[in-house]
Amino acid sequence: MSSEPHYTLYHPRWYRRRVSVWWWLRKWSYARFVLRELTSVFVAFFALVYLWQLWAVAQGPAAYAQFIARLKTPLFLALNTLAFLFVLFHTITWLNLTPKAMVVRLRGTRVPDAVIIGLNYAAWLVVSGAVAFVLLRA
Amino acid sequence: MERITPLLWLLFSAGGTVAAFLFPVHLLLTGLAFPNGWVEAPSHESLHRLVTHPVVALYLFVLISLPLFHWAHRFRYTLYDGLQLKHLTALIAVLCYGAALLGTAMAGYLLWSIR
Repeated sequence: MSSEPHYTLYHPRWYRRRVSVWWWLRKWSYARFVLRELTSVFVAFFALVYLWQLWAVAQGPAAYAQFIARLKTPLFLALNTLAFLFVLFHTITWLNLTPKAMVVRLRGTRVPDAVIIGLNYAAWLVVSGAVAFVLLRA
Repeated sequence: MERITPLLWLLFSAGGTVAAFLFPVHLLLTGLAFPNGWVEAPSHESLHRLVTHPVVALYLFVLISLPLFHWAHRFRYTLYDGLQLKHLTALIAVLCYGAALLGTAMAGYLLWSIR
């Protein structure tokens, strides 16, 4: 990322068409790309909700009760529902991309993409079950 | 900036993986199932006991911090591709990674000081 642009003297300017800020609305695949990129906003939102919960637990029973009450308001129920859908979209797109990021070879042959994706989904279910077990038993 | 770019990509993918595997279940329980009364929310006492356990504390630190860095990296590029804010590169980077660092520091402090 060099901040100093290099100009060549007497060089004609390149012809560049201006692209609208709404370029991604033209095609579903573009829109899907932008929606996938926006999942990060909801990931951050939930990380902050968890930070808030941690703060409330540290403060004491009264603050924790207030945290629980706040999450029951329509605003937070709506935000959390939306965040859940976006986070789910993040999980699905992330897991489906794993074979592209991680090529596994077994005895010289490449493990098929479907196997890697399947194992990731299986691991996701197991991990989710474990977290639910601990949280629900608490 | 160029020298730490590989580290930023590493944090992005580590955070993306943590969020992909763990956020749906946490969000479903804490954000929807408890507030809607589908299942009873854990009491303060039991949650406090859980959070003060060192293994759980480490887990929570990772759970909060890495996804924040994932957000910082991805959102930074979203801003500059999506909204064409290429001239604000430096400012956007400072704000995004700075926010992630701040969140990490707060999580670390809370987990360290909670008794």
